[in-house]
Amino acid sequence: MRAARPLASLTLSALLLALFIGIWQLSSLTSGAGDAVVDPEYAALVGAAAASGGQTPFPSPLQVGARILEHLTDPFYVRGTNDQGIGVQLAYSLGRVLTGYGIAALVAIPLGFVIGMSPLLYGALNPFIQVLRPISPLAWMPLALYTIKDSAVSSIFVIFICSIWPMLINTAFGVASVRREWLNVARTLECSTWRTAFRVILPAAAPTIMTGTRISIGIAWLVIVAAEMLVGGTGIGYFVWNQWNNLSLADILTAILVIGLVGMVLDQLLAMATRAVSYQE
Amino acid sequence: MAGPFADPFDPKTALWGCSCGRHASQAEHDRALACEPVAAAPEPNATDVEALSARIVETAVTKAVFGTEARRRAFLSLVGKATAASALATVFPLDAAKEAFAQAPRAVEKRNLKIGFIPITCATPIIMAHPMGFYAKHGLNVEVIRTAGWAVIRDRAINREYDAAHMLSPMPLAITLGAGSNPIPWTMPAVENINGQAITLANKHRDRRDPKGWRGFRFAVPFDFSIHNYLLRYYVAEAGLDPDRDIQIRAVPPPEMVANLRADNIDGFLGPDPFNQRAVFDGVGFIHLLTRELWDGHPCCAFAVSRAFINDTPNTYHALLRAIIEATAYASNPANRREVAAAISAQNYLNQPVTVVEQVLTGTFADGLGRVQRVPNRIDFDPFPWHSMAIWILTQMKRWGQIRGDVNYAQIAEQVFLATDTAKAMRELGLRPPEQTTRTHVIMGRTFDPADPEGYLASFAIRRT
Repeated sequence: MRAARPLASLTLSALLLALFIGIWQLSSLTSGAGDAVVDPEYAALVGAAAASGGQTPFPSPLQVGARILEHLTDPFYVRGTNDQGIGVQLAYSLGRVLTGYGIAALVAIPLGFVIGMSPLLYGALNPFIQVLRPISPLAWMPLALYTIKDSAVSSIFVIFICSIWPMLINTAFGVASVRREWLNVARTLECSTWRTAFRVILPAAAPTIMTGTRISIGIAWLVIVAAEMLVGGTGIGYFVWNQWNNLSLADILTAILVIGLVGMVLDQLLAMATRAVSYQE
Repeated sequence: MAGPFADPFDPKTALWGCSCGRHASQAEHDRALACEPVAAAPEPNATDVEALSARIVETAVTKAVFGTEARRRAFLSLVGKATAASALATVFPLDAAKEAFAQAPRAVEKRNLKIGFIPITCATPIIMAHPMGFYAKHGLNVEVIRTAGWAVIRDRAINREYDAAHMLSPMPLAITLGAGSNPIPWTMPAVENINGQAITLANKHRDRRDPKGWRGFRFAVPFDFSIHNYLLRYYVAEAGLDPDRDIQIRAVPPPEMVANLRADNIDGFLGPDPFNQRAVFDGVGFIHLLTRELWDGHPCCAFAVSRAFINDTPNTYHALLRAIIEATAYASNPANRREVAAAISAQNYLNQPVTVVEQVLTGTFADGLGRVQRVPNRIDFDPFPWHSMAIWILTQMKRWGQIRGDVNYAQIAEQVFLATDTAKAMRELGLRPPEQTTRTHVIMGRTFDPADPEGYLASFAIRRT
């Protein structure tokens, strides 16, 4: 691949975005109101579109933009248990994701290390991992609520269970596929098991492990939105659900944008960490 | 002895501040007369709170009866203390007043409570008690938490994350019986709202108003154990359709009903407001009928607590019940409805346009067919949990196969629907509860006699038993 010219691609991105928003704005000018005429008392009781026989239309980019601005200028207000700013909701979600993900990393990386170093354990645990891995994390939710009896801990558990598998599998794979020659050299030099693990295997497997953690954080961020929509209370997923109740698409679009941006930032942070530990053979 | 804890039946004490009654306190009186210093009055024994609170009541009553210090002293010197007390008791229920006073503000075991609710107008009393200060008035610091659906509210209540919860009136019965969950003794000390639900159909069905032609329709109800489910089943069954075979009924959380109707995922729903009105507001559907046309005065949502909550924290429970019943009474007054609508529409509670909530609560509403209807009792609020309502719900649970075998209708109704507690709290608040706990109900022209539930059940052609 030839080196891309950053300025050119940036301009193209901006053009595509402008085109998308332009088409959206144009289409929102035409849709909505019908042509039925009703008496003014009735019209006052229903939405503008319903008064003329239509349905409330999809919001225009200008409406969404105004809403986004409104959310971003005051993101951290707390006006009661059920009315908190989008920044506060994001903080709740990030807190849950980082807790669940952190615990998963603490379990998955050491366990993956052990599994990777022992072909016997690898073979014995593999069937379980293969069955548990493809289960949608949300399927665990009713079970978690029933057994853990606490909705906050249950959502953390769901994050834990969904982010553990990529880390576990990647760690085991990375550890198992360290080059034989390097292990043989370590043995020749009479390194202890611990020394071999930390000075040879860990640096060698680090890029693979970090790739696993990067996949995991992506999944965790996907799942938290769904989990919070299900359980409610706080968080960005709950924010989406709450605005869905109110059929307020402008708010939902704001949340979608914010979820995307935060997900990108999380992914880029781990990508940087992966680059930091990668090496050239 | 002077002061608030002086014995009001002792002629030598001073209830009106000083012994002559002209000064604010005895000390001031003494200074004014420049007499020898008197010994300070001994502090009342603070541990005996009950006796002191009784004393306060006696004092207040004595003051009210005699009016002036001189008259009280004259009367007491004449007849003596015991006679005076008993004479007073004949004209004023002193014991009852003492008891009521002793119960009121004292010893709430748990002040900080969490109550879960679903954002619908049925929860009006539970919600409005927060912004309008009914909880605070009864010494409670309540956090009302909006919850995503009935199954979640049930699980969080069972897990004791919530101290009390807004539930559908069949839910406490179902939880107690173990239908749909493990059996846990649950109770329903107050009904929230009566009426206030509606059947909403998608706009494309404007010309198909007769339920006989609804074969193949897909309907949403809020929950399997809901009055909505039973009323919808009852309604279509009366029209000759089998609700399990001829139509489809899905449980959908109320807030998601309008979105599903708009997406043409369902043909209609029998659901709670404000979502019927919201469908009209957004031009998605129209109101086919209000449930008060099926059963005028049917119970819908309820204030529910576990039996354990009542046993562990009885005073908290009574304070909470009083707050709820007071809020319910306030909401039932049509003059207050606009104020209530404004208080609960905010994002912290229902998160709906005020006009939608106002149309539901005032009963002046757009029906989605171009007319403005005026039905003042579209929704009403009445806390009394009739045992006969519980029995009717149980007959329908059995009719549709949710519970099997012999059902001890009256006993379960009495265990779960705490009509005695409700009546007591209503009386304390100056309301007039009914004398009976059962009565006959008329549902779509058919009379239900709570004394013969099995006979009623057998009278239906379409049933699963």
